[in-house]
Amino acid sequence: MTIADGIWHQIFSFDHYGELLTLVRNSLVAGAALGLVGGLAGVFVIMRDLPFAVHGISELSFAGASAALLLGTNIVAGSIIGSLLAAGVIGILGTRARDRNSVIGIIMPFGLGLGVLFLALYKGRAANKFGLLTGQIVAVDTPQMAWLLSTSVVVVIALAVIWRPLAFASADPDVAEARGVPVRALSIAFMLVLGLAVALSVQIVGALLVLSLVTTPAAAAARVTASPVLLPVLSVLFAIASIEGGILLALGSSIPISPYVTTISFSIYVVCRLTGRYGTRRRGARRRSVAQPA
Amino acid sequence: MVSVPQARQGEGADDAAVISLRGAALSYGDRTVWSGLELDVHPGDFVAVLGPNGAGKTSLVRALLGRQPLSAGTLTVLGRSPRGTGRDIGYIPQQATVSAHAMLRARDLVRFGIDGHRFGPRLRTAAARRQVNEILESVGASPYADVPLGLLSGGERQRVRIAQALAGDPQILICDEPLLSLDLHHQRAVTQLVDARRRSHGTAVVFVTHEINPVLGLVDRLLYLADGGHRVGAPEQVLTSESLSTLYGTQIDVVRTPGRILVVGAPDGPATPAHHTHATRATDGVCP
Repeated sequence: MTIADGIWHQIFSFDHYGELLTLVRNSLVAGAALGLVGGLAGVFVIMRDLPFAVHGISELSFAGASAALLLGTNIVAGSIIGSLLAAGVIGILGTRARDRNSVIGIIMPFGLGLGVLFLALYKGRAANKFGLLTGQIVAVDTPQMAWLLSTSVVVVIALAVIWRPLAFASADPDVAEARGVPVRALSIAFMLVLGLAVALSVQIVGALLVLSLVTTPAAAAARVTASPVLLPVLSVLFAIASIEGGILLALGSSIPISPYVTTISFSIYVVCRLTGRYGTRRRGARRRSVAQPA
Repeated sequence: MVSVPQARQGEGADDAAVISLRGAALSYGDRTVWSGLELDVHPGDFVAVLGPNGAGKTSLVRALLGRQPLSAGTLTVLGRSPRGTGRDIGYIPQQATVSAHAMLRARDLVRFGIDGHRFGPRLRTAAARRQVNEILESVGASPYADVPLGLLSGGERQRVRIAQALAGDPQILICDEPLLSLDLHHQRAVTQLVDARRRSHGTAVVFVTHEINPVLGLVDRLLYLADGGHRVGAPEQVLTSESLSTLYGTQIDVVRTPGRILVVGAPDGPATPAHHTHATRATDGVCP
């Protein structure tokens, strides 16, 4: 057993929590960045009905990261390349929802298969393999940090620039197109931005559970508000709470980080769903109350 | 001539046609949808576009919005080629096009009509917010300005749609089947809002509809599209048994009752009574 394995497997207790905390400081910073990116991208994932695309992209991202692991190159870069390829294919071939789902359904198992192939060929540390699928908290070293943070900055700036026309095009494509919004170009641009956001999330929560960071927080926020300002703010807060909470809880145990992250984000969703103003039950009530002509 | 309080393009411009079709034709492959179309729409005009499904009504709308090039002939919108004029046109699309997944309040949809096409973060928002409130007030949608669109009834949503279309202060208003699946009460409310706008601002209205009766008293001219042919003229000229029988090439009877026109015998006729059955289009909620 190597020393790294020892650190990973032997210390579960909260006894040395302070010391451990310094070990995952990078991950906490990266987590905040991922929460921001995932929370913001998630708003459009919900609006544009893209959760399945998120899942498809994350499998290709996993394949890219596995290839990088096998070749001994930068895992974040490999993950980003896989993501962007998948996002590009989905964005270009899948303009309509029905086409899109078939495209995703076709490339997703292929990506997963490639990933498994690369990992089978990889002879290194087992935790590296497992981490790509289910997440890891000590994976973030300093050069990777630079990648993660600069990619996050790119995503946030890109979203800030296209936010308004993208929201218009997502909610109301007919009128947006009539008013000169480049609907199709925005759709592809968002897929690429989403690809970057997914690649980042893969680094921490793992390829299988990216949805908990890129979809669940925004879906929860949508249950409690329809304000275009509050919605992304809440979505980001929920995403950050899920990931940072997940990192802090996973620190004291030998269990991977993803169950903590997914459980927190799912709990937030359940609470929002139960308390939210915009549940489906109210819809009928509201309809009836306004139906009579004045 | 309707008075125009908010003259935009210098005086004299009001008499020029805002939409002008000359020998316009549209075909998809071998199929000619319409051809030889001659139509001028002036400020303050109310032009209804009628015709059965597949007669090219929506294609015409797409052409006017610069999203569908003509196969032949010319189209000028506001004196220019229709490409890029979309922002000067208020457009009310067919119903139910707002994404069911969009978390959007009524006021947000209207706001898109003002600045939704601009990139970058919003700056100086107070004026636009005030403008949104005024427009919502003017169409009577203020009480549900903050309600998500998904929770609004069809009639409420259509008022918000009109507000959105008017938000850009357009010189042309294009309405694609705005009365679909509305009851009579809401049909009247929608047509009155559109009519009020063209009277107060001289906005030219192109109103695509399946049913002539709700707009019968407002229509200046009618464009009736059918089977690759068409008729343009006043409703009393176009909606006659003789005119429509020639257009369809089969016997059509137009029955006039006070304030109401019934077209009998037209395949999928647009002016048939309200309890017709459409095999191809669901028009739920249309009450006689």
